[in-house]
Amino acid sequence: MEFLVASAIGMLTAAGIYLILRQRTFPVILGLSLLSYAVNVFIFASGRLAVNAPPILNKYADVPYSDPLPQALVLTAIVISFGMTALAVMIALGAYLTARTDKIDMTDEGDAA
Amino acid sequence: MSLFLIAALPFLGAILPALLIRAGRNASAFSAGMVTALALIGLLVNAPAVMSGQIIHARLDWIPSLGLNANFYLDGLGLLFAGMILGIGLLIIIYARFYLSREDPMGQFYTYLLLFQGAMVGIVLSDNILMLLVFWELTSLSSFLLIGYWKHLPEGRAGARMALTVTGMGGLSMIGGMLILGNIAGSYDLSVILQNKEAIQASPHYMAALLLILLGCFTKSAQFPFHFWLPHAMAAPTPVSAYLHSATMVKAGLFLMARMWPVLAGTDAWFYIVATTGLLTMVVGAVIALFKDDLKALLAFSTVSHLGLITMLLGFGTKAAAAAAVFHIINHATFKAALFMSAGIVDHETHTRDIKRLGGLRHLMPVTFTIATIAALSMAGIPPFNGFISKEMMLHEAAYTAWAGLPWLVPGLAVLAALFSAAYSFRYIVHVFLGPKRHDYPAHPHDPGAGLWFSPALLTVLVVLIGLFPQTIAAPLVDVTATAVTGDYAHPVHVHLALWHGVNKALIMSGIAVTVGALLLWGHKALERVWNAAPRPEAKVMFEAVIAFFTRLADAITDALHNGSITRYAAIFVAFVLVLSGYAFMTGTIQDTAREIAPPAALPVIAWISLIMATIGVLIKHHNRLLALVLIGVIGLVVSMAFNYLSAPDLALTQISVEVVTIILLLLALNFMPKETPQESNAGRKMRDGALAIAAGAGIGALAYAIMTRDFLFPTISDYHLANSYKGGGGTNVVNVILVDFRGFDTFGEIIVLGIAAIVIFALTEAVLGSRVRARLLNRKPDLPQDGDPHPMMMVVATRVMMPIALMVGAYIFFRGHNLPGGGFIAGLVAAIAVIMQYMASGFSWAAERQRFYYHGIIGTGVLIAAATGIGAWFNDVPFLTSDFGYVTLPGLEKFELATAALFDLGVFLAVVGAVMLTLESLARFAWQPGIQTEHAMDINPARDDADTAKNEV
Repeated sequence: MEFLVASAIGMLTAAGIYLILRQRTFPVILGLSLLSYAVNVFIFASGRLAVNAPPILNKYADVPYSDPLPQALVLTAIVISFGMTALAVMIALGAYLTARTDKIDMTDEGDAA
Repeated sequence: MSLFLIAALPFLGAILPALLIRAGRNASAFSAGMVTALALIGLLVNAPAVMSGQIIHARLDWIPSLGLNANFYLDGLGLLFAGMILGIGLLIIIYARFYLSREDPMGQFYTYLLLFQGAMVGIVLSDNILMLLVFWELTSLSSFLLIGYWKHLPEGRAGARMALTVTGMGGLSMIGGMLILGNIAGSYDLSVILQNKEAIQASPHYMAALLLILLGCFTKSAQFPFHFWLPHAMAAPTPVSAYLHSATMVKAGLFLMARMWPVLAGTDAWFYIVATTGLLTMVVGAVIALFKDDLKALLAFSTVSHLGLITMLLGFGTKAAAAAAVFHIINHATFKAALFMSAGIVDHETHTRDIKRLGGLRHLMPVTFTIATIAALSMAGIPPFNGFISKEMMLHEAAYTAWAGLPWLVPGLAVLAALFSAAYSFRYIVHVFLGPKRHDYPAHPHDPGAGLWFSPALLTVLVVLIGLFPQTIAAPLVDVTATAVTGDYAHPVHVHLALWHGVNKALIMSGIAVTVGALLLWGHKALERVWNAAPRPEAKVMFEAVIAFFTRLADAITDALHNGSITRYAAIFVAFVLVLSGYAFMTGTIQDTAREIAPPAALPVIAWISLIMATIGVLIKHHNRLLALVLIGVIGLVVSMAFNYLSAPDLALTQISVEVVTIILLLLALNFMPKETPQESNAGRKMRDGALAIAAGAGIGALAYAIMTRDFLFPTISDYHLANSYKGGGGTNVVNVILVDFRGFDTFGEIIVLGIAAIVIFALTEAVLGSRVRARLLNRKPDLPQDGDPHPMMMVVATRVMMPIALMVGAYIFFRGHNLPGGGFIAGLVAAIAVIMQYMASGFSWAAERQRFYYHGIIGTGVLIAAATGIGAWFNDVPFLTSDFGYVTLPGLEKFELATAALFDLGVFLAVVGAVMLTLESLARFAWQPGIQTEHAMDINPARDDADTAKNEV
């Protein structure tokens, strides 16, 4: 189980970084999303994995609970990463519509393309 | 008056002139004058106590952990300087009212002046060196504004920049020196530091502290070789020059040397550095001053020279020399401010400051002539004026000081400086006011109104009075101040000031200086030819060369590092993080695996395979953007299922609803962007990026695995949350209780961030749509074939039916959130999706018409509700955001819980709804075109008349 999660985190990170290093805005946004998944799962996993132990208090029985703190942190992180993605999308869109190119790197000639 | 108030008044009052300028220039000047007068009166109220030997303290702990306290104290030295700053400041304010012309923005002038005044008062009253440093930097900044006040003059701007560069750099070195000093003494309070002479002088860091502090003082007080900024600062209006260069800015360096005298002075290093610098500056300044034709330049270099004189006296390190220094500070302030102002009057009336074009003004401007002559004679050191007495004291001290075993060096150079000083003072009188009347003045000179000559005249009266009755008027102040400088309260200084001390060495030296000085002026023409022919270094050129060198260096470094390729920065960033974490991996220690590892069941393996396949798919197919988006959706789905499987139902709900809005967002954006990414990277680049990505992914994966297979090293704080969630927060869903209660402040910050992000997106949309882009968008032709049915009936009907259900689900999720998976975040996302569906089904225009509340308002309401909930806790006498809850029984219902946290969660809910909707709405506005508005919610209007249909079909 742990290996599956760890390898998934690694895979998402690698794919995210690879896409972030592309030269157009859209793949970079996709890369950011993948990296957000990876980071969120990573933080979540730092609370260790548990199956069938949601952190909902049980009044009647003494049952194990998974770590609630990373979950709370990740919950807001997910929402914030939506805000971040939206902002990045907006900047990319504005840049594309204004400059008529979605290239990321500036060239010395300026973006007259 | 409290010292706090004295120091704060100029800052508080600085706003007045800027506001009152609308009521006229008199009102503006009057307000500035009143503020200064008030502070001055407040200071004078404290004066009797200080004169009787007390030291007044005002203490306020500000950041004690940093040693930064807002402590002020007033001793003789502070009293003298604060009195000069405020008193001469008041005179300057009067003078400037009549000096500045109608075109000059006078409100700004007085605001800058008061800011500067406040900073200066702060320096001289501070009892904490950290606070002193803050005020010190403030004087550099505010003097920059004052010197560059005439923004239209290039030399004004250049002079202001030069002054800021030189004094600012000195200020930086001073910070270093002061921190060292504070570390040695173990306190940043001046009154403590001043008690630690032995510890400081014995410290191995004494030399470093001394050099750094002196560098700050020398740059501020324009000591050689940093003297060059002062003459260039003369591009400022004359009131500024008169204020900055007679009594305040340049005296700040002297003040600090005097302040630090008890702990820094008395060593050989102090003597050789300070006295020698002062001596050199005195001679160099005096010699250059004689050959300057600009009145203000002459005065500027004479100021440099006199500052050198005072520095030298402080450098001697004896009590008598310190007393002479204090006395000369007073005298210099009086005659130099008067001289600057009289030079300003000459400039104002004749429209020139060039000595070569002046002369014979004594008949035309008798009042100015009288003022200038008395002040200049005092500067030359002629009895019975005050300058004579302090110059005698200086020569007396110099006469008995041997430099490195050479008894004649200091007296010889002092006489040299004194005779040049006499010569340029005479020149100021003779070449400007005496001689025949000329006919080619640029304007018709005559004496100005009393408003202009009042201030210098008052100072001249002081010059005469101090000269005639020094023991009565000046001696008590000199005694108190000099005692404060030496810090030796057990043996207070008692000076005996008099015009006549009998024929002694000093008098003979003085006589030589005045006689030879007069001869020099007589031979001025011949000397000037020699001077102009001699090569000499031009400080301005060298300064500009140094600045140009550093500008080029900075440009070269920036250009080399920043080539505009953001991908390159990102690659460097990733590589650097890899190196850092690689180092951490190599050098860190790790405990053994202790956790039991569960073998994976079939379901997770299937999910894992689909996630890996989807990720690989994105990597391979990312050039096809739509396909990549679909695959991202798959990944998001797997992630939310994983959260659900791994006991995080709240996360699963959040992830899946965020997934929906994210995909809609990206689809909306993709509508306007190219649907394909061109193949641009070559194989080498792909290899490089791939290697970086694989290394980073492997590292993160290994780290995650290492963490998950080990137990916590320390007890976690999660147990506290689990134990207190129900007892303290009244909820069984621990995640939700953490969000709205334990860490409510975090959540509060987060909804604000989310709201700001949405508003930034809105603003960006406005900016883009306000540009030429709008026209392009309006004429845009879709690049993909469009569906013939933009608002299909099936979808419209389905979304209408779904809407109440979706909102109901949202409400349900919201209310159960405290005890079961759910809460404001998720409910907000669900509600937003319900509304977005209407936009999608019936179009932007249709939905916008039915929108009742602006989304900005919803965000704001959410944040305000959350804030109000937090503030409500104050009424309960508990800290911000402390929640409260109770159980209520209503007839007909089961017992249920009411918690303030639910109100807070409502704020979260509204903020999330508003932010998501504002974001998507902003994006949707890009698509608006005049033709797309429909009258009906769907393409087929079920309510239409058959007749209409028939007509249409015909």
